[in-house]
Amino acid sequence: MTKAATTYLPDALPVPASDGDGLQAPFWSGLEREELLIQRCRHCRTWVFAPEWICHQCHSFDLDWTAVEPTGVIYSWTRVWHPVTPAIAEHMPYLVGVIELPQAGNVRLIGNLLGDPAKAVEIGARVRGVFEHHPAAADNPARKAFTLLQWTPA
Amino acid sequence: MTEPGIRGKTAIIGVGQSPYYKRGKSPDPAFVLTLRAILNACADAGIDPRAIDGFASFSMDRNDPLRMSAALGLRELRFNSMVWGGGGGGGSAAIAGAAAAVHGGLAETVVVFRGLAQGAMRFGGAPPAQYLGGNFAFMAAYGVISPAQQYAAKVIRFMHDHGVRQAALRAIALTSYAHAQNNPNAVMYGRPLDAETYDASRWIAEPFHLYDCCLESDGAAAVIITSAERARHLTERPAYILGAAQGAGYRTDAGSFNGPDFASSHFASLAPRLYAMAGVTPKDVDVVQSYENFTGGVLMSLVEHGFFTAEEANDFLTPDNLNAMGGKLPLNTSGGNIAEAYIHGMSLIVEAARQIRGQSPNQVRDAKVSMVTSGPMAAPVSNCILGAEETL
Repeated sequence: MTKAATTYLPDALPVPASDGDGLQAPFWSGLEREELLIQRCRHCRTWVFAPEWICHQCHSFDLDWTAVEPTGVIYSWTRVWHPVTPAIAEHMPYLVGVIELPQAGNVRLIGNLLGDPAKAVEIGARVRGVFEHHPAAADNPARKAFTLLQWTPA
Repeated sequence: MTEPGIRGKTAIIGVGQSPYYKRGKSPDPAFVLTLRAILNACADAGIDPRAIDGFASFSMDRNDPLRMSAALGLRELRFNSMVWGGGGGGGSAAIAGAAAAVHGGLAETVVVFRGLAQGAMRFGGAPPAQYLGGNFAFMAAYGVISPAQQYAAKVIRFMHDHGVRQAALRAIALTSYAHAQNNPNAVMYGRPLDAETYDASRWIAEPFHLYDCCLESDGAAAVIITSAERARHLTERPAYILGAAQGAGYRTDAGSFNGPDFASSHFASLAPRLYAMAGVTPKDVDVVQSYENFTGGVLMSLVEHGFFTAEEANDFLTPDNLNAMGGKLPLNTSGGNIAEAYIHGMSLIVEAARQIRGQSPNQVRDAKVSMVTSGPMAAPVSNCILGAEETL
């Protein structure tokens, strides 16, 4: 597999997994339907991410999953050159972005910045989300399909 | 009002270490390295190891106090404590817990230690997992797994906000290597680093070059803590514990990088508490051991402890200013995590005590106030200040 493949990084990295308590499940199933869902407190309207059982502002347990437009602003970034696993050694370097969502209380998501990994990255630049679908692994029944949210210049 | 906290109530009376090795090169398992460090610390303190009655550690150390207690034939075990958190952020917190236990009468002679052999369990690599839940679910599939990958974006944003240049990070790396050249126990002894080599070194994750990253090491380090009263009878130069703090700020570790103080070492809320307890100001500090998981963490730690502002970092962070021989702020004087060894910062605590006890390979003249910052960016973080008799 090369960079020309349909996913930014090869399927050699750990896959997002359920903790068995269902907390993150609406987020991941939303991405599979190409919908970005962020938690919001029904009581005080505070945006909450990463997912949590309780609102940190008012301590209500009544949180709603709200659809949010997948656009944002680059808050920070890094370009990774050293592979943590030999399985991605041919895919270096790659870009990671920390993306702030002004339309959702400036919560932050982590994703890859698509395109030339050598490009200059500008903090504050506007980006839009791209849903990146990873199919289930044919040779591994335990590896189910999942979707990542990647980012490209708006 | 009674005197707050633990200021001057306890002291480090002995320090010890095992030989330090590159990751995977120790001929001995971690347990043996740890026992050697503890026995060396007892010898330095002049106490019988059987007098130890407590253990404190951090970072999920795997050297079980009950096994050590049996192996060393301790008469009685009265106190065990492990600080939460997987990185080195718990080092000074373990000191604080031990000091509080001794001051509170829970135990009399507590060892604070950390021992690891990374051949058996590596910290710098990827977790050997196919699936990751919790906060890793939001990072791992995007290639954010190792500590360098997790912390790089904090430093990029801090440098962006304050105009800090790469040369400031380089000065921190060069300082550790320079100090290691006078320390025969340092892994990088006899292997000096110059600016050109740093500049030409490969990136790990921007803004971290290879030399901005800590080593991966096998080794162990330990200190012995007892009451100030006993310390005076046992050793000529106790390193008194003047203060210690641990913790994190408001929602510091909110998942998926949502902490409001993301671009930070997370010491902002701790530093004032530490100085207040210790009764000193940044100007009083003679020497600092500031944990380098990555040089960028040191940059932010020193700013958040008030040694200079972020805007002054480019001017302040030079090899001359950080050198033990006459620098404004002697830093990481045994070579630190970058050039001595990476014992999750326990080696830095040993060196901080050596500076007060006059045992450092790069002894700062008349060092009386000696600071440690543990595990920047890896909340909960911690810090402590040691002082000579004259500071009490």
